[in-house]
Amino acid sequence: MATVVRELELMPTAEPAHARSILSGWLTTVDHKQIGILYVVMAVCFLIIGGCEALVIRCQLFWPHSQLVAPDAFNGLFTMHGTTMVFFVGMPILIGIGNYLVPLMIGARDMAFPRLNALGFWATLFGGMLVYFSFATGGAPALGWFAYAPLTEHTFARGPATDLWALGLVVSGIGTTTAGINFIATILGMRAPGMTLRKIPFFTWTILWTAVQIVIAMPPLTAILVMILLDRNLGAHFFDVQNGGSALLWQHLFWFFGHPEVYILILPVFGMISEIIPVFSRKVLFGYEFMAAATAAIAFISLGVWAHHMFAVGLSRPEGLFFAVTSLLVSIPTGIKFFNWLATMYGGRISFASPMLFACGFLSMFLIGGLTGIMLAVVPFNFQLTDSYFVVGHFHWVLIGGTLFGTFAGIHYWYPKVTGRMLSERLARWQFCLLYIGFILTFGPMHIAGILGMPRRIYTYEAGLGWEIWNQLSTIGAIIQAPSFAIFAYNLIASLWKGKPAGDNPWDAWTLEWATTSPPPSYNFETIPTVHSRRPLWDLKHPDDPDWQYE
Amino acid sequence: MELLLLAQVQDDMCMFRPASPPAESIRDLSILVLAITGLIFLIVEAVLVYCIIRFRRGAAGSEPPQFYGSKPIEIAWTAAPALIVFLLVLVTARTLWEVNVQPPEPREGDGALFVTVIGHQWWWEYQYEYYNGQKLGFATSNELHVPVDDAQLPRPVYLKLKSADVCHSFWVPKLAGKTDLIPGRTNHIWFQSKEPGVYLGQCAEYCGTQHAKMLIRVVAEPNMDFEKWLANEQRPAVEDPAAQKGKAALLAQSCINCHTIRFPDSPAKGTFGPDLTHLMSRTSLASGILRNTPQTLHDWVADPQKHKPGCLMPAFSVNEHDRALMVGYLSTLR
Amino acid sequence: MSPATLMSTATLNAVQPDRERPLPLPPSVTPYRGLAPTQLGMLAFLASEAALFCTLIVVYLSYLKVDQNGPTPAVLSLSLVIATTVCLLASSITVHLAVKSLHSGEHLSFIRWWAATIVLGIVFLLGTAFEWRELIVRHDLTISRNLFGTTYFTLIGFHALHLTGGIVAMLAVLGLTISRLLSTKSRASAELISWYWHFVDAVWVVVFSVVYLAGR
Repeated sequence: MATVVRELELMPTAEPAHARSILSGWLTTVDHKQIGILYVVMAVCFLIIGGCEALVIRCQLFWPHSQLVAPDAFNGLFTMHGTTMVFFVGMPILIGIGNYLVPLMIGARDMAFPRLNALGFWATLFGGMLVYFSFATGGAPALGWFAYAPLTEHTFARGPATDLWALGLVVSGIGTTTAGINFIATILGMRAPGMTLRKIPFFTWTILWTAVQIVIAMPPLTAILVMILLDRNLGAHFFDVQNGGSALLWQHLFWFFGHPEVYILILPVFGMISEIIPVFSRKVLFGYEFMAAATAAIAFISLGVWAHHMFAVGLSRPEGLFFAVTSLLVSIPTGIKFFNWLATMYGGRISFASPMLFACGFLSMFLIGGLTGIMLAVVPFNFQLTDSYFVVGHFHWVLIGGTLFGTFAGIHYWYPKVTGRMLSERLARWQFCLLYIGFILTFGPMHIAGILGMPRRIYTYEAGLGWEIWNQLSTIGAIIQAPSFAIFAYNLIASLWKGKPAGDNPWDAWTLEWATTSPPPSYNFETIPTVHSRRPLWDLKHPDDPDWQYE
Repeated sequence: MELLLLAQVQDDMCMFRPASPPAESIRDLSILVLAITGLIFLIVEAVLVYCIIRFRRGAAGSEPPQFYGSKPIEIAWTAAPALIVFLLVLVTARTLWEVNVQPPEPREGDGALFVTVIGHQWWWEYQYEYYNGQKLGFATSNELHVPVDDAQLPRPVYLKLKSADVCHSFWVPKLAGKTDLIPGRTNHIWFQSKEPGVYLGQCAEYCGTQHAKMLIRVVAEPNMDFEKWLANEQRPAVEDPAAQKGKAALLAQSCINCHTIRFPDSPAKGTFGPDLTHLMSRTSLASGILRNTPQTLHDWVADPQKHKPGCLMPAFSVNEHDRALMVGYLSTLR
Repeated sequence: MSPATLMSTATLNAVQPDRERPLPLPPSVTPYRGLAPTQLGMLAFLASEAALFCTLIVVYLSYLKVDQNGPTPAVLSLSLVIATTVCLLASSITVHLAVKSLHSGEHLSFIRWWAATIVLGIVFLLGTAFEWRELIVRHDLTISRNLFGTTYFTLIGFHALHLTGGIVAMLAVLGLTISRLLSTKSRASAELISWYWHFVDAVWVVVFSVVYLAGR
């Protein structure tokens, strides 16, 4: 009988021999750190593609009756822009950062299921390629990223684009679900000795709840996408209204996925911000327990708010009120988190290195996005604002002002750990300024355009309604933003050679990932440490005043 | 930003210039909500800016005092938002109940107009059902005529919303919030015009290629003018002797498969496209994107795809002579 | 106090040799006694599957009795399905006995009970295939016939697909066991597959109740 071998503890160091090509190393890796990097690199590539799609959209909308882009080409562009940013940028970049950091933060050597981890990445990439293949088969799908039935039925969408879109999202959705499963198993089952669930780094806690959202919300999406494929290819009638199918059922099921999806896109960011603000304010995170409880509350409540995306479909008044109540309720734990971050900064010694710069950008902007969300939760106000450019402004505000700024903060924070080099602070500040100003100029006017009656997803508009100036400001803002992404990409690449060597802990931070070398060896830690508090490195530096006395 | 919003709003589709009770209720609620969120923004952002400025790190020093948390503070800043949420729920409920009412049954002398709106890719069909308790029974397209409130009688308009194909949304911001048209389902919306005028709107749910050009025009006119319009619409198509050749030419084309022109024994009974019986009583064509003039009518019939690429009216290869006759006939359909 | 904790204190003391007060001692560390990562992974996976089946069942219920024409749930044959259900429920018992044998080291007994589970699963699938043939040929019910056909074949089909996946996994374990390649690690995987099997069974109980009992 073969002897039992506990794989993870005695994994041999996988130093690639020089004879073996580096490429095949990356293609076959199961190391969580390399998979994390692959996710992030893929996401940045899709970010650039999705950004180019947005630039074309903004150019088309600069003038009324512009003929830069044909109607269905435009409709395909906004569909692909939304699908790309949500499924191939937002989720992968956060899953990638989580993949890299979670095992390091909890003192493990890898994720629970390394091969499943790799499968998740390649499935996500393959799904993205399937979706983009639609450009080669007669045009991108022109459905909008939430693809309301019965537009997706064969009657209204004749080409293969819709099938490729649905299939691509099914495949990448399976990849995302496996990532969620992996995170849950890893965080619950592989923590270092002494690290109870109440002592895990806050980023890990938010990844845990993100994973729970993924596991609950992705399968319904997969199910309804399969239903579309069955409708289109086997003559099923799920959303075939002419044969009794229900257009409204699609909306309910899609948004049951769709709302937790946006929390999947923001919870990890809350976690990253909760790591960065304490370090750069030199103070422990204020109110960890309340923050943790607020995260769990957000995760639960967000499962019950979905119909606020559908207030105008003719819900009854009690139904509308119910979803207004839950949507307003979710702002309370979000507010708690916000105040805790401010309290962490209060009385600290704040330095504005690039991670903190982006974190402050996040704070200042996410507040506004959250407040416009509150406006949208007030049902009658929503009757005017929904499906208008106000909503486009709102969700870009939370996704860029929230997710993107927070992710940039995280990337600037952990890049030294991943590569052993510091990013250029000068370039980071240029990126921040261009992005901050450009972003406000792009999406601020959209709120006004929406109030002036401009609906969303229109490839052109009438002159004389007062919309031109706001569209033009948006386009100018987009042109100001665009170089910031180029600066970011350049910074990421050039700093690999030109960046200052970082050392193990350039920020003097306190969580376990800063206890290894930069970059960490493939086995992460020589010996698995024992921890007693949420800030193990603080305890080591301040043995007279350790955290575990106060937690 | 809130100040910017209120100062710069202007124009025909602005929700802050309502002309109908539901839109007014929404506007009033919105101002309250903007005030509350604006105040929250100012306070919280001010605290953020204060922290950034006041607690900037000077020269490197020792770590500041570490505060792990405070239960009373957490409870305080949970309770305060909770109270605000409670207030918002109350005002939401009040306005929601005001704005979202089930339509009543038509009654003699109620002054109410009942119209069934059917959304198509990419035009609006209006089936006039009842006015002031009287049964109507004609259909028109793309321009919705409604009566204005007058001193004696408020004249509410109740729209039943249906769809012939995909999801659409009826949105005329100055009259009411939007409500979707969902295939397989009937929704309701109501408004009341207090001032005569033309109210603009647009489809607000992505419905395919020409979603952008599915415009709405609501023509609110004083009761006398409205009843004149009603009477005209109910009459069959004008029989102009000078246009008989044009009429024959049109009725020989496949136009009759998609369009209706009402007169006794008319072969033109199609419902896929707009009703053309009183085409010339409309000020616009192609769902609001073209002015209704002889030239544009001719251009539209010659090549609809040029003006609205992807729309479901093909460009028929009719020779120039026949086309002129047909357009001449259409021009008589007042 | 565990050796690890003592060591860290000693290290701390070494770092600060001239302190007057002794440094605070950290609390003792209780070892992790929760589920293994593989077990947690299987449970998370089953949660995702539960979400999937909930969606399919919600859709089935939404479309129940909506059809104006075509076959209705009345065409479903209760007797056949009761037989296959009994097989599936029995297979849960056999798989439980198999895992029990594995834990107590009764190798042959494990193989027998495991194989019995596989056979019962295959019998269920054959029963489903026969039922579908009847429905398609005799009652003209297909996935495109009407909403009942659409939702019925999708829901039952997804379940059958999951059952097939379970059977394939079980066959793999059976093969490894018989060829004496089974190790303690596979003992864990056998248990995890049995959890999956119980889950698929539980889903069938719900599906059966919804489709064949409540919905008819």
